[in-house]
Amino acid sequence: MVEKTIIITRFDPDRDEKPRKQEYTVPCEDSWKVLDAVNFIKDEIDATVSHRWSCRMAVCGSCGMMVNGEPKLTCKTALSDYDDRVDIEPLANFPIVRDLVVELDGFMHKFESVKPWIIRAKEQAEDKASLHPEKDTFGQSTEELGNFKQFSMCINCMLCYSACPVVANEPDFLGPAAIALGHRYNLDSRDEGAEERHDIFRGEGTVFSCSYANECSEVCPKNVDPAAAINQAKFGTVIDWAKGLVLPRGGTK
Amino acid sequence: MDVFRHDIVIVGGGGAGLRAAIEAAEKNPTASIALVSKVYPMRSHTVSAEGGAAAIARDDDNLELHGYDTVKGSDFLGDQDCIQYFVEQAPKELALLENWGCPFSRNEDGTVATRAFGGMTTKRTWYAADKIGFHMLHALFQHSMRFKNIVRYDEYFVSKLLVEDGACRGVAALDIRTGEYSTILGRAVILTTGGGGKIFPFTTNGTIKTGDGMALAYRAGVPLKDMEFVQYHPTGLPGTGILITEATRGEGGYLRNSEGDRFLVEYDYGVGNKAELGPRDMISRAIVQEIEAGRGLSGAYGDHVLLDLTHLGEDKINSRLPFVRELANVYIGVDPVTTPIPVRPVVHYMMGGVDTDIHGATEMPGLYAAGETACVSINGANRLGSNSLTECLVFGAAAANHAMDYANGSAEGNEASLRAQAEEEAGRVENLRGRKKGGERISEIRRELNLAMEAGFGVYREQASMQAGVGATAQLRGRVADLRLEDESKVFNTELITALELMNMVEVAEVLAVSALHRKESRGAHTCKDFPTRNDEEYLYHTIARHDPAGPRLGKKDVVLGKWVPEERKY
Repeated sequence: MVEKTIIITRFDPDRDEKPRKQEYTVPCEDSWKVLDAVNFIKDEIDATVSHRWSCRMAVCGSCGMMVNGEPKLTCKTALSDYDDRVDIEPLANFPIVRDLVVELDGFMHKFESVKPWIIRAKEQAEDKASLHPEKDTFGQSTEELGNFKQFSMCINCMLCYSACPVVANEPDFLGPAAIALGHRYNLDSRDEGAEERHDIFRGEGTVFSCSYANECSEVCPKNVDPAAAINQAKFGTVIDWAKGLVLPRGGTK
Repeated sequence: MDVFRHDIVIVGGGGAGLRAAIEAAEKNPTASIALVSKVYPMRSHTVSAEGGAAAIARDDDNLELHGYDTVKGSDFLGDQDCIQYFVEQAPKELALLENWGCPFSRNEDGTVATRAFGGMTTKRTWYAADKIGFHMLHALFQHSMRFKNIVRYDEYFVSKLLVEDGACRGVAALDIRTGEYSTILGRAVILTTGGGGKIFPFTTNGTIKTGDGMALAYRAGVPLKDMEFVQYHPTGLPGTGILITEATRGEGGYLRNSEGDRFLVEYDYGVGNKAELGPRDMISRAIVQEIEAGRGLSGAYGDHVLLDLTHLGEDKINSRLPFVRELANVYIGVDPVTTPIPVRPVVHYMMGGVDTDIHGATEMPGLYAAGETACVSINGANRLGSNSLTECLVFGAAAANHAMDYANGSAEGNEASLRAQAEEEAGRVENLRGRKKGGERISEIRRELNLAMEAGFGVYREQASMQAGVGATAQLRGRVADLRLEDESKVFNTELITALELMNMVEVAEVLAVSALHRKESRGAHTCKDFPTRNDEEYLYHTIARHDPAGPRLGKKDVVLGKWVPEERKY
């Protein structure tokens, strides 16, 4: 057990003109994650602190916050990694709703804009009344699965948007997670939507806006490596574009 | 107050809710489907399921086997017509999920791979390494985005069902971001809010699992069924309760006691290599028996046993169980490649829930339920691992189908009177916000509730401690009405939401307690030391609990039997 000063950003749009800081003295257990300290404050010291969390096992993606200036998944981040003062702020590069809660509207819009679903000219399973587990599923080799699996591991925690220097300057930038997600479907052997997603990736504020700071991959708590996805998508987009010069549209697949 | 009109209103955005939304949207492209959830759908607790989803897929498997395994797993309390329908629909539903992009692990020939699971005769659990819930949830959520007729209400908390002339016609929902209430009308409502594991202190469940849908239905007069049956998963991490999947044993892991023995071999829950693959109720009991016999290990977070994966090798652990390795490393400081993982039984799942028929319909016209919120019942007294995700799909789709048929034939409700109900509810909750005159804090009541549930309704239960649990929950129901709240803000007031959740938890806990005390036998997960055997003569029925101001009023409902005649449950 060690006492730490936890500094929480407070902001209530009905009362505060701008965010302020509030300090709490918290008796912290050695095994605690950063989230445990915030929950302790909420339960035992100040019930008005607002934050999001749920699974506390690093898979629901709810509890991303800035911890001493770095975006962290707080349920996965050991409190013992920090000294006796820990500064907890809402994720950077997002509008604040209240305290540690940020607005997801922009992120969800970007997320949806890459058409993150399997696009097929014709559905694999035609007669839905009687699908057969083998006949009506796609065959996919372990290698084909491996092509995209890593990019399917994103938990939408949005840490990469907080870390990204391009998002900071260019809020409309599609951003790491959304690009990785669209790219994940492009790489999936079951998908035929690369052509349909082509313009999304070639447009302004998409892959070519990325400055390769690689911050997104460094902060990713799930090793998704969105920077690699952006790099691959950019390369693929250039190839598609080059092919487009000699092939009629739609003839690249 | 804003009033929104839809054809179907779905409350809950996890596996069952998303599947229901997709089914409804596909079935009727001109219908408007509202998907209302207190969290963004990808945060739903489906996300944390690890091991897999069950459906026959191999030549050595068939519907008969999956059906029998499920009936036997349920300790013969599952309804056999529902189980038959479930196993028939299961392969189709998982094939659809594959078509929608779920990255299932594969065999060498490219077909979907299956793994062994507890209580399952053969390999029928489809998996995606050890993150099936995460991949299923994200595949469903992303697939749902292609349907423009699904309208999401993200971070809206539903606190009341709107009922007119005995039929459910919508919900009153608090927009958490603004603090304003809305009336969301639908010609049918489907509850898919998951279970309520958070009434217990030590659980795999995320903090959002507060029994909301169960409490909503119950307060509206719809009965809950079989609430005494709580599944303890054998392998949770001491301290946090984080789930370590049964797939660890499906892939060949062992449970060991303090003497290093594979103690399950002695318990006859499975033969040979299957010793570790008995059903969850039995394995949890075996662990408790080992600990009580002095063969457990003690640690900072209580007594436990060991889950040994060291003989599987690093390659297999990395390819099949990477998340388990991550969880053990991050949350208990153990690398399973070299060191066994401390584990102990942990509250995981509620077999009981809102009483529905085979179509997901409740006794209230226009109200449906699916997933863990519902009790169809295919799980009876004990669910088999990997049946629940499939259940979300099968009965999410079934409920949506029948809700859509019902909606097509039903008139719209009277907007003025439904809105008046929602306004009354908004007034009630407004009075609660920042209610400083109250007596006790949320954390105090929750702590007491947790302690009462743990003391009374563990892996093993006794009449005396259950009686105490009944008393404690009844008393807490009174006290929770007098909460002291500090936060007066309207915007993202999580204290207010937590208060509403706590009221739901207390309600659900009391039903659980009263149902458990009444069942004087041992069946599946309900193991009563005073009555150690199953008693088909007197208790082969579903427990029904109805809301009453004085406390839950119990009744009975017949179990649908069939070709599988109740017999002694041996593995």
